[in-house]
Amino acid sequence: MLKVREIVKILDAEILAGEDQLDMEIYSGCGADLMSDVMAFVKESVILCTGLVNPQVVRTAEMMDIKVICFVRGKVPGDAILELAKEKGITILSTKHPLFITCGMLYSAGIQGRGVWD
Amino acid sequence: MSEEIIRLHYDINDEDFSAAGEASSGVKKTLSALGVSPETVKKVAIAMYEAEINAVIHADGGEADIEITPEEIKVVISDRGPGIPDMEKAMEPGYSTATETVRELGFGAGMGLPNMKRYTDEMYIDTKLGEGTTVTLIVKI
Repeated sequence: MLKVREIVKILDAEILAGEDQLDMEIYSGCGADLMSDVMAFVKESVILCTGLVNPQVVRTAEMMDIKVICFVRGKVPGDAILELAKEKGITILSTKHPLFITCGMLYSAGIQGRGVWD
Repeated sequence: MSEEIIRLHYDINDEDFSAAGEASSGVKKTLSALGVSPETVKKVAIAMYEAEINAVIHADGGEADIEITPEEIKVVISDRGPGIPDMEKAMEPGYSTATETVRELGFGAGMGLPNMKRYTDEMYIDTKLGEGTTVTLIVKI
């Protein structure tokens, strides 16, 4: 388990939305650029790490009750995406690390919860 | 929750991909407000969202009709798209006819229909080539 503020530190990430959720606890993670793959797994207290930047990433998180999204490879979403995230109460982070490294760093630091097939 | 049937209707338009999901978002909000359990709400939201995305990427949008009773939630998404030529293949995880553009948007992984089936108790697909497809998704409460 990691708190969002620990994740921010580990990934040297920028907080772009949802600074009020830094004490939220995250137990599992998902790294994917295909949103249907994200939706194939049910997890609780998830961080979604992705290199895909469009409003459907926030929509997918909304449907899945995912409260934290981290965009990788230094990608910074536009205002429309950030506004949608704020409206949905989703924290948005951005890290310079690529997806594989991002996932590895979080896994090493203690986010190891697995998703389950329904 | 009251005994009466609650009906919702949404138009799904295909002009703005970034708006896809608004109908599912609305339904999710309504179900939560009605006190439906978070697990059930999530199932309906994911299945309906996949169906809504399909209507946007494969057809020219469509319509969503939702019926909420004390026993179940029924979502009917109908489009006037090309229809599904090979249903067996369409149900295979990983099979997709989506274009490269759609894949770049993060969809078209061939998981849409398998995901809808996974999260619902009953799923019916009525499709006619050149006329359209109607997907019915039922989640028991």
